Amino acid sequence: MNKVMSNKLVIALYVLPALILIVALIYVPIILTGYYGLMDWNGIGAMTFIGLENYTELLQDAKFWQSAKHSFLLALFSSLSLIIYLLISLVLAGKIKGANLLRKIYLIPMLLSSVAIAQLWLKIYDPNNGILNSLLEVLGVENTPTWLADPDLVLYAIFVAILWQYAGFYIIIYYAALKGIPESLVEAAKIDGANPIQIAYKIKVPLIAGVIKVTIVLAIVGSLKYFDLIYVMTGGGPNGASEVIASYMYRQAFGSYNFGYGSAVAFFLLIITLIVTWLIRKLTASEDEVQY
Amino acid sequence: MKSKWYKVFMAFALIALLALAACGNDEEEAGSDSNSGGETEENESGSSEGEEKTIEFMHLWPEGSSKQHYEIVESIIDQYETDNPNVTVEVEILGNEQYKEKLKVLSTSNELPDVGMTWAAGFLEPYVSGNMFASLDDLLEGPLNDQFVPGTAEAYALEGTTYGLPLELNITPLYYNKAIFDEHGLEAPETLDEFKEVVKTLVDNGVTPIALGNKDRWTGSMWYMYLADRFGGPEVLTNAINRSGTFEDPALVEAAEEIKNLVEMDAFLKGFNGLGNDEAKGYFINEQAAMYLMGTWDLPEWTTNEDNPQEFRDSIEYMKFPTVEGGQGDIDSFVGGPGVGLFVAEDSDVQAEAKEFVSFFVEQWGQQAVTKAGVIPATKVDTEGTDLPQMYIDILNDLNDASNITLFADVQMSPSVAEVHLDMIQALFGDAATPEEFASEQEQALADEE
Repeated sequence: MNKVMSNKLVIALYVLPALILIVALIYVPIILTGYYGLMDWNGIGAMTFIGLENYTELLQDAKFWQSAKHSFLLALFSSLSLIIYLLISLVLAGKIKGANLLRKIYLIPMLLSSVAIAQLWLKIYDPNNGILNSLLEVLGVENTPTWLADPDLVLYAIFVAILWQYAGFYIIIYYAALKGIPESLVEAAKIDGANPIQIAYKIKVPLIAGVIKVTIVLAIVGSLKYFDLIYVMTGGGPNGASEVIASYMYRQAFGSYNFGYGSAVAFFLLIITLIVTWLIRKLTASEDEVQY
Repeated sequence: MKSKWYKVFMAFALIALLALAACGNDEEEAGSDSNSGGETEENESGSSEGEEKTIEFMHLWPEGSSKQHYEIVESIIDQYETDNPNVTVEVEILGNEQYKEKLKVLSTSNELPDVGMTWAAGFLEPYVSGNMFASLDDLLEGPLNDQFVPGTAEAYALEGTTYGLPLELNITPLYYNKAIFDEHGLEAPETLDEFKEVVKTLVDNGVTPIALGNKDRWTGSMWYMYLADRFGGPEVLTNAINRSGTFEDPALVEAAEEIKNLVEMDAFLKGFNGLGNDEAKGYFINEQAAMYLMGTWDLPEWTTNEDNPQEFRDSIEYMKFPTVEGGQGDIDSFVGGPGVGLFVAEDSDVQAEAKEFVSFFVEQWGQQAVTKAGVIPATKVDTEGTDLPQMYIDILNDLNDASNITLFADVQMSPSVAEVHLDMIQALFGDAATPEEFASEQEQALADEE
């Protein structure tokens, strides 16, 4: 087998199918998006080359920056929420009763499709018949909030749903990483007299630092390009109060038929994501790899 | 060395095998296709000497979600194929949104179906300017002359040439729940002042007056359009859009002011800006709201739909939108417009047959749509001797007496201006824009486009 793998031709041959797919489905569209971003195009008719005009417009577009602000807020909240997920995983990975069942419960939202989750939360947030407002009414609240119609609340109301959607995913990742820590290290710490909090904070968390870094990147990048729940639950409204970059891009391209401008937004989003990823990697870089 | 090359060879062989297997499938399919083609030819060779033609037809009524529509389409196609044995109609069906996407994709690669469905005005525009749709003027002057309700086929015309033939026509009556009205001793209002009295009484009694799902924005737009019509007459909004007038017309600002007043009176369902139309309709059906302004496409919900309780359906009636004292609009003017229509592709290689099919389709559809699917066709309907629910007959009669039908504003506008209009509607209803800002933003967007 080693012999075969040393043959360049064979390597190329085995890599080729995946390579063709990834180039055709990912890299070519990226390049095309960059190209369309330089055009004035409605998606159907003729294209006109306008250079960087879309981008200069973008930089002055207050609606774009508002949606960018929302995307970054989402990124902030989802990275902060990682702390909670980590705490839950630490508890789950400790020897508590029913950890197995709880793990599955946390994972269930991950298995639902975004649209189903959106419908679920729409029912919860319904201002008159919703579970949440009915509960508040029982508790005696007079002016119950109109969650998804209130420009001040809508963003946070959706954030809750999004964080709920992804909680299971991160908990599972942390749980698996924590389970991978050799028992002997924890035992040794115990013998040295460390209490459970010290074990968690000084032994376990540093040991899974690599995984934590990856989840931070995933959470932030995932938030920046987030689309599904927002599109289904509010469509970015009311009055752009819950618009994020991806939903703004979609509205420009498919709502206003500004395909060129939409492509410019998409390409700009790609650049932002790349820069942020690079920054995170830079900030969290460490010399010593963890070794067991 | 030998074994190395052997493995390379095996790898190639494997790929080749896969490729061959794929080809094999294709051949098989092609084979069976030509077989069936041969059979039909044999069967029909006696009846027709003409050459075999295939019309590709794409529509958006899947069997699952629009069963009655689907069945009518199928029966029309069957009929047509029987009448024209040398023509085969090949159908492709997609749901609404996928349909729009696919049409767009096909148009960029110049592969539109021979016959397909389109929407009026703004939707049509890019396709026409891209020279994708064929002119259908010859049909309108020929076999379909005087078949359409005035103002419907015109919505598919650009610069005097018609590119689509409408199948549906909708107006938007204001439905109300008679049971709720009776309970509070209310009558259907005829003027805006009376209407506000009704709203006030309902609010005072803890009843939500109007179900509105303004997340979708076009729902609120219809309320605004009616008020604009009642204040300034049927031309004022249309003129602002086609640039012979301005959006800063006092009547248009006044209409926006009135929306604000209604919102302040709590006339609309709580949280309307966060609710979709389907959710709002749910409130109306659950009798949690007294009124609902919606297109006649919802008529089956109040008449024939067995999912809704009989008691509820019996209590639903409709009124014409109230007039404004001193306003220019009259009560017989409606907001509405044709829904989907048929187009013929400009570069179709069977254009003559496609046009003939479209003409046949429109006529057949006109005869069957309302009785079989509860769809009001854009062609004139004779209500005599048809067995329709009373509400249909009333609406069809109102339609005959209509003084004007104003096409939905977001359809009249180009897609990007429509987006501004819809956003401003949501802002106006949500008190995020003053009536003056509402008017000036749209004026700006319309002026930018000139």
